[in-house]
Amino acid sequence: MATLYRKTLNWLDERFGAGSVEEFLRHKTVPVTRHILWYYLGGMTLFLFIIQVLTGILLLLYYRPTPNDAFESVQFIMTQVRFGWLIRSVHSWSANLMIFTAFLHMFSVYFLKAYRKPRELTWISGMLLFFIVLGFGFSGYLLPWNTLAFFATKVGTEMAGSVPGIGKWLLVFLRGGQEVTGATLTRFFGFHIAVLPGLATLLLAIHLFLVQKLGMSVPPSVERAVAEGRTSLRNMPFFPNFLLRDMIGWYAALGVLGGLAAIFPWELGTKADAFAAAPAGIRPEWYFLFMFQTLKYLPARILFLEGELAGILGISVAAVVWIMVPFLDRRIGFGRLTRVFSGLGVFVIGYIIVLSALALR
Amino acid sequence: MTKSIIFVALLFLSLRAAVAAPPKDTCITCHAALGGDLAKPASQFEVDVHHQAGLSCADCHGGDPSDDSMNAMSHAKGFRGAPKKNQIPEFCARCHSDAAYMHRFNPQMRVDQLSEYLTSVHGKRLKQGDTKVAACVDCHGVHNILAVSDTRAPVYPTNVASTCARCHADPAYMKGFDIPTNQFALYEKSVHAQTLAGGDTSAPTCSTCHGNHGATPPGVSSVANVCGTCHVMNEQLFEKSPHQAAFAKMGLPGCVQCHSNHEIVRPTDAWVGTGPQSVCTTCHTPGDKGYGAAQAMLADLTHLDSSLTRAAEVLNVAERAGMEVSGPKVELAGAHEDLVKARVDVHTFDAAAVGKLTDSGVEIAAKSYQAGVAALRERDYRRKGLGLALIAIVLAIGGLYLKIRQMESGDSIGHRGDVERKAREV
Repeated sequence: MATLYRKTLNWLDERFGAGSVEEFLRHKTVPVTRHILWYYLGGMTLFLFIIQVLTGILLLLYYRPTPNDAFESVQFIMTQVRFGWLIRSVHSWSANLMIFTAFLHMFSVYFLKAYRKPRELTWISGMLLFFIVLGFGFSGYLLPWNTLAFFATKVGTEMAGSVPGIGKWLLVFLRGGQEVTGATLTRFFGFHIAVLPGLATLLLAIHLFLVQKLGMSVPPSVERAVAEGRTSLRNMPFFPNFLLRDMIGWYAALGVLGGLAAIFPWELGTKADAFAAAPAGIRPEWYFLFMFQTLKYLPARILFLEGELAGILGISVAAVVWIMVPFLDRRIGFGRLTRVFSGLGVFVIGYIIVLSALALR
Repeated sequence: MTKSIIFVALLFLSLRAAVAAPPKDTCITCHAALGGDLAKPASQFEVDVHHQAGLSCADCHGGDPSDDSMNAMSHAKGFRGAPKKNQIPEFCARCHSDAAYMHRFNPQMRVDQLSEYLTSVHGKRLKQGDTKVAACVDCHGVHNILAVSDTRAPVYPTNVASTCARCHADPAYMKGFDIPTNQFALYEKSVHAQTLAGGDTSAPTCSTCHGNHGATPPGVSSVANVCGTCHVMNEQLFEKSPHQAAFAKMGLPGCVQCHSNHEIVRPTDAWVGTGPQSVCTTCHTPGDKGYGAAQAMLADLTHLDSSLTRAAEVLNVAERAGMEVSGPKVELAGAHEDLVKARVDVHTFDAAAVGKLTDSGVEIAAKSYQAGVAALRERDYRRKGLGLALIAIVLAIGGLYLKIRQMESGDSIGHRGDVERKAREV
């Protein structure tokens, strides 16, 4: 086994340059601190993304993106295709788990201040990836063409239509017309399987390159303790020590996905009918709930702006501020924490949880 | 100059006031000031549909509303006063039977109320001098008449029955008319009243079967026609059935013979057959052809109903387990339609016709049941597969854990947990 491994490395070395692969594997280390658990979240999100790609390709073999066929083709996958139920349920559950781990990854990076110099671009590429992941969720939700998805997309695209200046154009661009129709379905399908994967691959490559290039960030508290001589910084080789631990997490994720798919298969609902009345209590997927609820609470007018418009503007500004945090959090330096931005992070988490819970009531 | 400006301004204001002021209506002004019963018409008229349409007291009662004196109510000025009870239909009909006039307000407004009313029991008796019977104002109100579409109107569909009941459910008032006074109490128990109370304003109320302005009890021979207005299929099947001629011969009133008239409750399958709730056994006795047909129809209906219940139960269990069974559920809905059709076909009183429909439904229900059983089998298969997969995953995780321990605790790597040293070596 060891000989085969050595032979493989030699074969790769001959083609990629002397020892480059081994160098790559040797040099990557992970700081061993009490915060190490958070370091697994990026790999977990990547693992779930790979699951999405694989199950998505399998679904493509049977899925047909037209209003007449979409629902029936998913129904066919769920009932007639061998293990189709498993693939579709894993795809849906994994999508939600991926968004959840992406949320956790983002906040762990935020609170451990891993975005600080020189990792600003790692943070920005990660944030853009996060928005793309949300785009995957939004576009993929419509594809089964069921009632809930149809009306949730209607509400979601209406929200996009409130964006100042480009709202009307954006609404037509997203829907492929004034209403949610078959044109919207084909458009969302295109976004979901071509545009977003292309962008995601590019950004993922940049993100991983930066992680590799800059190495893993050491939390400021640990950095300070090491500088003050209170402790020494321990590192763990990424390969194989950290990777093997990563794999334990991935196996566990596979088990969870399998369990969810077998015990709680992702339901299909009823086929979308554009002429039917919207079902009561229509709301978007859980990861958009806090924004949805925010817009619901806003009054009809705020100063000289329409309430919804002001809400969209506010959310947009908040998103830009969040992306620019590495440049705004200037006081942070070697081993120093800025309490204001940590407080902001706690507020954002609290806001998301409370507003989402209120929307689910 | 200043005086000229003030003069022009005052002139302008006085002209403006003259244009904006509402037309003078001394009827309202005086009656409102009189108090008591005489003030009621003035206070009630505010909400009246006629007032909303721009009509005034004088449009019905005549007179001159611009005159401040008592001369406003002089016959010389066309004052007609309040009509007597027997004059009311014609009083209202002056406008309501005038198509050209009524079309100014509503082009779709009917103008046959008076002619209909005169065919009604109310109208006929009024003409004979019986002033206890209902005329226009008894149902619609006098000075507070609301549009029929107004939910507060006494003639709005959900209010009609209680409006009729004001007289028809009052034994003291109805004394001498020789008709029952329990219709309202019976109607309230009916499926029609329940549907209406549930918000379906197309559900029948008194006027749906008896007519509104031409209210009259349907005769024995026309009962099927009345019910058939809505229950078309049932009426057609009954008309073609052997019961039609038999009922006519016996002088039985069609539908109401089995379903009653005011207390029309939701029928059950037990009404057919020969059990204690059967209506067939009112006439049919053991040994006759109808008795056997009743037994056969009940058996078929019961078989289909229980097949549907069994299939629905298994499909619901599968659905709750997250299995995709929408296809079989749609098919089962088709079988349920067969049951509905079979229940309607009972009015053919032909056991073979009913059996044909129930057989088709039973076949579909059996397929749906099998689909549900297969879905539950698939659920179990998935759970077993999950169990095996989890065992494999746990073993893999255990293997990885042992590998890490071996790597990080063996002599070749260094003592357990000291990954930092290894990292430095690397």
